[in-house]
Amino acid sequence: MEFFLKLGQVGQHLPMLMRASVVNLELLGALLVIGFLIGTLVALLQVYGGRVLSTGASVYEWVFRSIPALVLLFLFYYGPSHFGLDIQSFLAASLALGFRSSAYQSQIFRGAIQAIPSGQMMAARALGMSKLSAIRHVILPQAFRLAIPGWSNEYSSVVKDTTLAYAVTLNEIMRYAKTIMDRQYDLAMATFIVVALVFLVFTYSGNALLGLVERRFRIPGLQMPGATGAVL
Amino acid sequence: MREGTMDALLLVEDIHKRYGKEEVLKGVSFQLQKGETKVIIGPSGTGKSTLLRCINRLTEPDRGRVWLEGVEVTSRKVDINRIRAQIGFVFQDFNLFTHLAALDNVRLGPMRVLGMRRDQATKLAREELARVGLAGKEDAFPAQLSGGQQQRVSIARALAMNPKLILFDEPTSALDPELIGEVLEVMIQLAKDGMTMIVVTHEMGFARSVADEIIFMEKGVIVEQGPPAQLFSAPRHPRTAEFLSKITELYGETEG
Amino acid sequence: MSGFYFEWSFLPKLAQGLLLTVEITGACIAFGFVLGVLLALGRVYGGRLISIPCGIYIHFFRGTPLLTQLFIVYFGLPNWGIQLSAFLSGVLALGLNTAAYQAEYFRGAIQAVKRGQMMAARSLGMSRIQAIRSVILPQAFRIVIPSWSNELILMLKYSSIVYSIALLDLMGMGKRIAARNFNYFEVFVVVALFYLVLVLALSQSLRWLERRVRVPGLGAPGLR
Repeated sequence: MEFFLKLGQVGQHLPMLMRASVVNLELLGALLVIGFLIGTLVALLQVYGGRVLSTGASVYEWVFRSIPALVLLFLFYYGPSHFGLDIQSFLAASLALGFRSSAYQSQIFRGAIQAIPSGQMMAARALGMSKLSAIRHVILPQAFRLAIPGWSNEYSSVVKDTTLAYAVTLNEIMRYAKTIMDRQYDLAMATFIVVALVFLVFTYSGNALLGLVERRFRIPGLQMPGATGAVL
Repeated sequence: MREGTMDALLLVEDIHKRYGKEEVLKGVSFQLQKGETKVIIGPSGTGKSTLLRCINRLTEPDRGRVWLEGVEVTSRKVDINRIRAQIGFVFQDFNLFTHLAALDNVRLGPMRVLGMRRDQATKLAREELARVGLAGKEDAFPAQLSGGQQQRVSIARALAMNPKLILFDEPTSALDPELIGEVLEVMIQLAKDGMTMIVVTHEMGFARSVADEIIFMEKGVIVEQGPPAQLFSAPRHPRTAEFLSKITELYGETEG
Repeated sequence: MSGFYFEWSFLPKLAQGLLLTVEITGACIAFGFVLGVLLALGRVYGGRLISIPCGIYIHFFRGTPLLTQLFIVYFGLPNWGIQLSAFLSGVLALGLNTAAYQAEYFRGAIQAVKRGQMMAARSLGMSRIQAIRSVILPQAFRIVIPSWSNELILMLKYSSIVYSIALLDLMGMGKRIAARNFNYFEVFVVVALFYLVLVLALSQSLRWLERRVRVPGLGAPGLR
């Protein structure tokens, strides 16, 4: 069939497409790290910060959850130059999508922290641990484990959102796919189907990997309330 | 420092605590000598647990003061974490750290609070687990242990800090009846070894045989206190007698 | 470093873009709702012959980027002789995408309806389809409202993607204005504010709706 011939033609571009997809993965890594660090901080402020800090953290979360990713990308790409700073598209995309992800991740971590019974903190404090030390050694190790399924969802969603960085001229896979199409329009369908397949692999292999991580770090008796599964 | 406090390990003076409209503690005072076991009894909801938590300020008292060996625990200037490290606390529902195996539960405090080296803390944790009869359970997670075993791990966790005293907050109330004995046995042995303890409990058998003094609390105040022989056989206050007859009906006299 | 310079005469243009955003969101959500319910029913009640293709559909659309899906519809379909307007392409791509997500929410909700409900309906002599229509779905729809609300708000934000096929929604209009006067930062701050207000208004009305249709004793077990 004709379509398969087209697929074959796209196949010649596959090495370049894969090379472009590495940019997506790099962006993914950067935004996940930014989102993880800030998201953890925001969640901790929401739960343990006083009124002022927790309100501030909640406003931060709400703002970054409510503005579309594309608008954030534009703000971070064009914003700095407005203040006379030069920013590269990769950095702009990492920050825009990273801050956005931090808002979603903070929600996941907050849910996990709040699912930990209050007795855990109390027992740690009763031993003489400071609040910070209790958070570090007792609360977070449990919260991160409880957060893996939610975090896995967040992964699935941001891995695909890396394509949006196309809008700020980052040379990632969609931008490269578009140049293939611009050169040879009859390859459009086949090219984008190939891109879709690449992301199917990214999404589901990532999820499988996170599933492995979850099982590897699973601890008997530690689970979200209401979750099913044997205790032992 | 005041009179008669020099030799007291713990001095509790005029503790008040209010939750909203309800005043749970209305001025509670007592002292505890080194090596003494004090048992606090009384109906539920009379502030016994709150009193224990006020001692190491897991709950902040509204008024009143607490001294540990002459150091004022309730002072704003004191480093409360250093005080808490010297006071063991055993919770009703154990509160073992869910993500840590028994050994890690016991050595977390020594390592993170006392700054003990890992190998030293490990050795200590093994000893304490053996002391509560749980040698061999080092690698079990809390969820893999019975309630009685979990409570014994939590006692080992308190012991590993080498505390000056241990506060027990109804340590057997969450346990199935057949598991209560193993925990009480550990506590009886501790008392014999000279550990200073305050125990809130409904186990009258334990109170009678182990306590040096029993405090009967009701509605936020100490109604009566005295050695078990006197309190059980000749209570001075009618409320004490009433409570004791009710509780024996309910719980029987285990460990008589 | 310059001050904040926004030509307020552009506001009517942005309002026009906002209208298109609302239209596209509404259309794709409605389309996705119908398709999503069908997919969910196919997953739960269809035999293997129906359930598996529905599952493949859901996995494909949940596992690939929305932008890729949009380009497949807008740039790809013409390769096969199917030429759709930009508006239709946008609605179709967004609708196909949200259908997959909505299907999963509906499936969860249908499965959260207690087993006894179907049995009770059948014991009254209802057919399976009757039971689904008048007993299962009314309950499932109420259970699904919180996650469905999230999806609606998510689509409102993701609809901005249609700017990339030259549609003048809120995002596209912003881009066009900015390209003309080079005040990208100012224009997109205003666009962001538009979206913030839109999201706030929508989430408040959805919360109101949720309270309106609440039935005592009917909640999602284990769901937030």
